Amino acid sequence: MTQAPHTLRGWLLSSDPQSRRQAHFGQAYRRWLALQRNPLALVGLAIVLGLILVAAFAPWIAPYSPILQELDNRLLPPSAAHWMGTDDLGRDILSRVLWGARITLTVVALVAVIVAPVGLAVGVIAGYFGGWVDAALMRVTDVFMAFPRLILALAFVAALGPGIENAVIAISITSWPPYARMARAETLTVRQSDFIAAARLLGASPFRILWGHIVPLCLSSLIVRVTLDMAGIILTAAGLGFLGLGAQPPSPEWGAMISAGRRFILDQWWVAAMPGLAILVVSLGFNLLGDGLRDVFDPKQK
Amino acid sequence: MKLSTKILSGTMLAGVSLAVILTGALTAAEAATPKDTVVMAKQIDDIISLDPAESFEFSGSEVVGNIYDRLLSYDFKDVSIIKGQVAESWSVAEDGLTYTFKIRKGMKFHSGNPVTAADAAYSLHRAVALNKSPAFILTQFGFTKDNMADRIRAPDAETLLIRVQKPVAPSFFYYCLTATVSSVVDSKLVKTKDVNGDFGNEFLKTNSAASGAYVLRSWKAKESYTLDANESYWAGKPKNKRVVVRHIAEAATQRLMLEKGDVDYARNLEKDQIIGLASNKSVVMDTGVKGSLMYLGLNQKNPILAKPEVRQALKMLVDYKSIEENILKGTRTTHQAFLPKGFLGALNETPFSFDLAKAKELLAKAGHPDGFSITMDVRNVAPYADVAQAVQASWAKAGVKLELVPGDGKQVLTKYRARNHDIFIGDWGPDYQDPHTNAETFAINLDNSDTTKSKTLAWRNTWDIPDMSKRTLAAVEERDSAKRAATYLALQKEHQATSPFVVMFQQIEVAAHPATVKGFVIGPSFDVNLYSQITK
Amino acid sequence: MSSLSLSSGALRRGGAAVLRLLVAIVLTLAGLLVVTFFIGRVMPIDPVLAVVGDRATEEVYQAAYKALGLDQSLFMQFWIYVTNVVQGDFGRSVLTSRPIVEDVLHYFPATLELATFGTLIGVCFGVPLGIQAAVHQGKWIDQVARFIGLLGYSAPVFWLGLMGLLVFYAKLDWVGGPGRLDVAYDDLVDPVTGVLMLDAALAGEWEVVGNAFSHLVLPSAVLGYNSMAYISRMTRSFMVEQLRQEYITTARVKGLSERRVVWRHALGNIAVPLITVIALSYAHLLEGSVLTETVFAWPGLGSYITASLLNADMNAVLGGTLIIGVTFIGINLFCDALYRLVDPRAKS
Repeated sequence: MTQAPHTLRGWLLSSDPQSRRQAHFGQAYRRWLALQRNPLALVGLAIVLGLILVAAFAPWIAPYSPILQELDNRLLPPSAAHWMGTDDLGRDILSRVLWGARITLTVVALVAVIVAPVGLAVGVIAGYFGGWVDAALMRVTDVFMAFPRLILALAFVAALGPGIENAVIAISITSWPPYARMARAETLTVRQSDFIAAARLLGASPFRILWGHIVPLCLSSLIVRVTLDMAGIILTAAGLGFLGLGAQPPSPEWGAMISAGRRFILDQWWVAAMPGLAILVVSLGFNLLGDGLRDVFDPKQK
Repeated sequence: MKLSTKILSGTMLAGVSLAVILTGALTAAEAATPKDTVVMAKQIDDIISLDPAESFEFSGSEVVGNIYDRLLSYDFKDVSIIKGQVAESWSVAEDGLTYTFKIRKGMKFHSGNPVTAADAAYSLHRAVALNKSPAFILTQFGFTKDNMADRIRAPDAETLLIRVQKPVAPSFFYYCLTATVSSVVDSKLVKTKDVNGDFGNEFLKTNSAASGAYVLRSWKAKESYTLDANESYWAGKPKNKRVVVRHIAEAATQRLMLEKGDVDYARNLEKDQIIGLASNKSVVMDTGVKGSLMYLGLNQKNPILAKPEVRQALKMLVDYKSIEENILKGTRTTHQAFLPKGFLGALNETPFSFDLAKAKELLAKAGHPDGFSITMDVRNVAPYADVAQAVQASWAKAGVKLELVPGDGKQVLTKYRARNHDIFIGDWGPDYQDPHTNAETFAINLDNSDTTKSKTLAWRNTWDIPDMSKRTLAAVEERDSAKRAATYLALQKEHQATSPFVVMFQQIEVAAHPATVKGFVIGPSFDVNLYSQITK
Repeated sequence: MSSLSLSSGALRRGGAAVLRLLVAIVLTLAGLLVVTFFIGRVMPIDPVLAVVGDRATEEVYQAAYKALGLDQSLFMQFWIYVTNVVQGDFGRSVLTSRPIVEDVLHYFPATLELATFGTLIGVCFGVPLGIQAAVHQGKWIDQVARFIGLLGYSAPVFWLGLMGLLVFYAKLDWVGGPGRLDVAYDDLVDPVTGVLMLDAALAGEWEVVGNAFSHLVLPSAVLGYNSMAYISRMTRSFMVEQLRQEYITTARVKGLSERRVVWRHALGNIAVPLITVIALSYAHLLEGSVLTETVFAWPGLGSYITASLLNADMNAVLGGTLIIGVTFIGINLFCDALYRLVDPRAKS
């Protein structure tokens, strides 16, 4: 490993990187190797990739239309024609589950895109500036954390109206505080460090310090946190759907599908069981991956 | 390795023993319900008060109906026959204004106080004065807080005199006295519970002061209520000692509890539970046709829905037969006029059925050959959500793109009442047994402005019908029943052909119970579901 | 898992810190008040409907509208609302026609019972699992433990509950159904604490205790599985760190049995952070799991707040939320105090 042969692998694993870029790539590659040694994390990765593929190709994979009703074919058990059976309106459950992957993926992606930057911004600002800015921002964070999360999301969905976009907004509103908390803690640990002081002495603006020095340091924990949070977001979205708010019929949202299926649980268990399994598998995938990533990123664990 | 295996086995042992302890206690002895107690599983979370002057929700009416006696009642088989309850006889003067009621002799309240005409007068007074939700059933006859002492009075213990504002069909007035708001309360007892002139309202919310078949033992909001039999009930003592009704929201759970023997009655089963129970020979269903109608309200504020051809086309685009057969069977039956079956003058013809060609023709005539997009607000519970989705699918065949906006009950209702919907799907239940109750709301809209005094369903759908309103109002004054029925028939025909209401289904109430339990009476209205004859 | 930002050190800096803490608590509660009021106003649900129903006349509606103070300006409404709350008057719930305080005292014990049992189950299974994973770090046991834990974290509780009811109640008949008791046992025991099993035990009604237990097992197992996932994960990570410490090696060298080393020494040393984790997980369950309560028809705080919310009964929502907020802060303070008491480093 000390030698740097002219292979990509060698370049990446070089203990004596020639450039900052090489060091970054090298670190990423080493993490990837570490991740590869964790079979469960790979399973998680496979599930997540599978979700993305299914979501992308749902129209081609799904055997039937997810919304086509055949009332004569209601509540059929799983069979060769309908692998997961049919629901109470005679729709093919497999097709609905496959199409539902799109909704789930959309929700987690959008929430992550909204929540991570907002939480990060609030956290680093509070941590860096301290004083009353910190106090004010943290009080707001506390209020949102002290409020039961699902109930808060429910209130916002009720206020905004149903629909996936609004569910995304509602979940985002309830999900950012832990990110702010985390980013603040990380900022506090580095705020007094020498290189920040040096940057300040050189006349760097607060924005530049935050963006150029502090935010990058928070990124790795942020990535881990986001991945681990995906499962929570999926479960919250499904919970909203289950409570009847969030998804708009006939869209095949998994939580709403379980909610509709609970009426038939005694005689037609598959109507509720199948979408539940889908949620379980996908959120397990994110959790396995996130857990693996945490091991890789967390220096304490190694 | 060896040591750690030991630790592992130790931990496993701890886990397993805990699991054993947990499951060991799970020999949940099957608790059959006690012999003289009737236990029901029902959705009762709509109850907000059990004061007859205030209670107006379906579940509350049922409780009040079992606890209180009213002045009058009617024959469940033939609603047109009025029967006495607290009143033994009744008559109306020639002028059509003054009614005389003779109070049944020897009746006693649960407290032991005798039932007198003064109690009856007080009960009506407090309903008028409190002016809660159901008060309009009485106040529509012109009673106010100021004139009630004069208009409703008890010259002696056995006579009650009531003078109405203007002459109406007597049956209309009598039916209103069969409503729970006309229940007779124990005035001596209630007066002692008066707090700040509330006519004992606070007390009666959760207590009873009545003469009926049952005494209210307890009501725990959204959980359960318990009634104890009134052993000295004048019409014969109830055949059971106690009735416990537990709130169970889920139909599937209700069915399960019934099959497990945890309850004697499951009261809110849906089609699929009913089918599922069909194979269980030890379970029997009682059914009764109720007045609730499921309909679509098409808001006339929307310029597309305001076109008569579009309204008719949408009525022809609902697949009534398939929805009834596949989603509602056993719980609803197709009905397309605003008066429910069983009411005076009800129109039972069902002229509409799914007719794609005709509907497309009408849509083309209206200038929408390729359909249009529209929203519908729907409660996020069965069966509304399913029916809405079935409607969505069948309308799509004609190019009508229906976007469903689900919401919780109160949320959807708030929007509807503010006239902010395009289309609303929901139920309407009659307030009393006279045809005027539904005629008023479906076919009267005297003032279409936002600040109107009377927000009927016609108003909610912005349907401006000055002429029809007048004719509907006039029908109330017709004292000849046959002529009155004919008027309503004509009104309904016109309504069917022009209104923005797609009346679809009428409710059938179902109560499933073991074959060994019998005697539950499902009356035509929610306030006459009677427990007293149930035996096990 | 969330917590208030009260660092364990906050209390150490004397009176000023305590004061700051109090201010933080009061501000947090005040914030809850504002948020609740705001939500009540932006939600497109008419609070009058819950009072008079859909079929009341306009006149009755207007009277109720006035009685709720909705004809006042928004600022006045907020002012009245705040002054009432500050005086301890939370008003009445529209849905149950009881004072809010009474309601909360009625529903909270049900949630407490469920959360306590859930946490117990989580601890009983989660701690051993976490220890096993740590002891066998990187081996298959570790992987299995990790998988079991993450599975609990990934399963939607409402789905798990439904499937549990299907299998253990409907098919196998091992546990009681939805609700806290069989209907036949209703009203046999007078509520003293509101925690049914405790009340029944106090009254000596052992049959009721058994019945209540059979109803409690499944929902608390579902919640417990979820918290087990968290507890086992944290236990493992604390334990891994401990097992690397020098004193463990010393103890091993001294010939102490592995069992003793792990269960006495290492576990003893991670007790404090572990209890903190457990307390936080407990606080989380106390929030009232709306979904679990919905599936099991459990009359707890979560479903109470939800039902009130959907009827725009904001007095009830506030009452429920405040008690959760207070509990939350209380548990955080407890953790802080525990640190100071047990952790020698924090004592100085």
